[in-house]
Amino acid sequence: MARSSTHRPSRVGPAGPGARPAGALDVDALLDDPGTGIIVCCGSGGVGKTTTSAALALRAAERGRKVVVLTIDPARRLAQSMGIEALGNTPSPVVGVQGSGSLEAMMLDMKRTFDEVVLAQASPEKAQQILANPFYIALSSSFAGTQEYMAMEKLGQIHRDAQAAGTYDLIVVDTPPSRSALDFLDAPERLSSFLDGRFVRLLLMPAKGPAKLMTAGIGLITNALTKILGAQFLKDLQTFVTALDTVFGGFRQRAQETYSLLKADGTAFLVVAAPEADALREAEYFVERLSEDEMPLAGLVVNRASPDPGGELSADEAMAASERLRRAGGSPTSSSTSPTSSLTAGLLRLHADRVRMVERERTLRERFATAHPQVATVVVPALAGDVHDLAGLRRVGDLLACSD
Amino acid sequence: MVVTVRLRRVSDWPKVRLHVVTGKGGTGKSTVASALALALASGGRNVLLCEVEGRQGIARMFDVDPLPYQERRLTTGLPDAAGGRGVVHALHIDAESALLEYLSMYYRLGRAGKALDRFGVIEFATTIAPGVRDVLLTGKVYEAVQRNSRNKSAIEYDAVVLDAPPTGRITQFLNVSNELAGLAKVGPIKSQSDTMMTLFRSPRTAVHLVTVLEEMPVQETADGIAELRSAGLPVGGVVVNQVRPRDLSSDDLAAARAGTLDRARVEADLAEGGLAVGPGLVDGLLAEAADHAERRALEDSQRELVTGLGVPSYELPRMAGGIDLGGLYELAGLLRTQGMA
Repeated sequence: MARSSTHRPSRVGPAGPGARPAGALDVDALLDDPGTGIIVCCGSGGVGKTTTSAALALRAAERGRKVVVLTIDPARRLAQSMGIEALGNTPSPVVGVQGSGSLEAMMLDMKRTFDEVVLAQASPEKAQQILANPFYIALSSSFAGTQEYMAMEKLGQIHRDAQAAGTYDLIVVDTPPSRSALDFLDAPERLSSFLDGRFVRLLLMPAKGPAKLMTAGIGLITNALTKILGAQFLKDLQTFVTALDTVFGGFRQRAQETYSLLKADGTAFLVVAAPEADALREAEYFVERLSEDEMPLAGLVVNRASPDPGGELSADEAMAASERLRRAGGSPTSSSTSPTSSLTAGLLRLHADRVRMVERERTLRERFATAHPQVATVVVPALAGDVHDLAGLRRVGDLLACSD
Repeated sequence: MVVTVRLRRVSDWPKVRLHVVTGKGGTGKSTVASALALALASGGRNVLLCEVEGRQGIARMFDVDPLPYQERRLTTGLPDAAGGRGVVHALHIDAESALLEYLSMYYRLGRAGKALDRFGVIEFATTIAPGVRDVLLTGKVYEAVQRNSRNKSAIEYDAVVLDAPPTGRITQFLNVSNELAGLAKVGPIKSQSDTMMTLFRSPRTAVHLVTVLEEMPVQETADGIAELRSAGLPVGGVVVNQVRPRDLSSDDLAAARAGTLDRARVEADLAEGGLAVGPGLVDGLLAEAADHAERRALEDSQRELVTGLGVPSYELPRMAGGIDLGGLYELAGLLRTQGMA
């Protein structure tokens, strides 16, 4: 997938002497560039990743792209309005998209994706054996990290299908709110180290290798584990690992392909954050991690910014005036004993509060920009209410593209 | 202090030894957990504040060096009415260290222990094996609450506060020994995880949920409570965080929404308050009021839903300038006057 236009996402690295501030992120240029094939939104939990992904996807579709958006855990009402309830695990069309493009959406069903991999890779008999194994059940439904593996798997699947059938020309991916930030990037590697790990080899050995390889060390291990976990545990684990060995070979290869795909020029990573110290620190971590892996970073989206009240009145001036009014309001000789004086004092305190929020957020953003001048940024003001329909997504899209 | 009567208010959770604090991402659960630990540490009480997600959030919040896998004295707590302070200790729990400690505490594995590490079993157990990671983390928390004779000279804590994984994962996190029990049907791990569950399900544990007054976090809180209850885990209180300032009366809020605030009077007040009323100042303030009123209305509707959850709730204000150490004590004071600690 060759990137044709000039809107090439920066390969971020340490800001060298030649690094110039990237300034504002041009969202529409990114969406309109036919070279952009995949947009990955990443960031910590609670910063509005899902809404941002959906808004970008809708905007791209309404600007003529054939889009599919893969979401992880959308709010119920947003999912309803996009027609993606937990069913299916395949993309379905979103109704109500305007213009010539198209939008399909799906929500990742972690367990089902995993089951599908197993069913596709193993013989029916072996597949049933795996699906019934208690380790598999725990791993596929609740293990922290599985969601990341499966998001990668699904992205790879959709991309292959899209390449084959020409169904989509842009895939927007919402990533799971990982505890360890970019777990999904590590998926192929962790999987490989899992399968090639000595312990797994060890578990596989009795089934495969000659008995003389059972060294004293292995005997010690088996005894220790049996002592701690019980014999059944070890037996289940061994069955599980043996059964999965064949299945995972293909899975690992595909995970590596997906990793290469993410690294290619057709991909653009957007780091999503909120203007809070914690969220921006996480964002910094994402930016650094993406740069380490030489992933194409398109920019930073700062969601939920407090709207700037504008004007000249500083927080301190507003507080001082509010205090004067409050005191005057309490004095019987004052002309303004009416309730409006408390109203006006309240308005001034609100103003001071808002100015302080805006200033704090600006300082946080400036610090980020100083440390990472090469990261293009867009600031999206907080909406008063939650977004749960296409109109709301359109509005977020406008704000993202600064065309509001 | 301000209201002595309220300061003496009895805690809503007198029997609780383990306070688990969860919440949707971005709602400030780490802040609330820290403030709660400060609030509980009065009158000579020892409180342990634990984190399990590897983020070093406690260290950042209290501005100290990254925490090791070792209990450290962090700071003194909020004094009670008589000025009695306690001590907050901190512990950063990671699964690898917890497993090694567990093995040395319970099994004299000798060479086998080393072999486990050499063959990658420790890594396997803590990164890949389902549920094991969580059970190691919760296991250490359990050990801190329920000190045993194997851990000699350890501090006996009056309360342990856990900065826990987010709401979406909390039931699974605490219920993990159930999950593990399904895998390890017999053996010492099974009986130990059963003992842990007995504590987590008892009235000595309370799972508090932090939310903000927005639709998704409140919905997630409601879902979280239902999940906890169906797993038999004790639901504590809901902490409503980052509440907007209440500087306007409800009449004024209604007028602000309707756009009928008395513009001329506001203008006159501003002049009396000594402000040069330039063009745009009144417009700006009224527009801010309308926006604020809209958000407050949404907050109120969400607050009703929180009230309907049928558990005690506590409110903490949004701190416009961010939260520093002083701010944490302020929040701790608010939690205490409201009866959370």
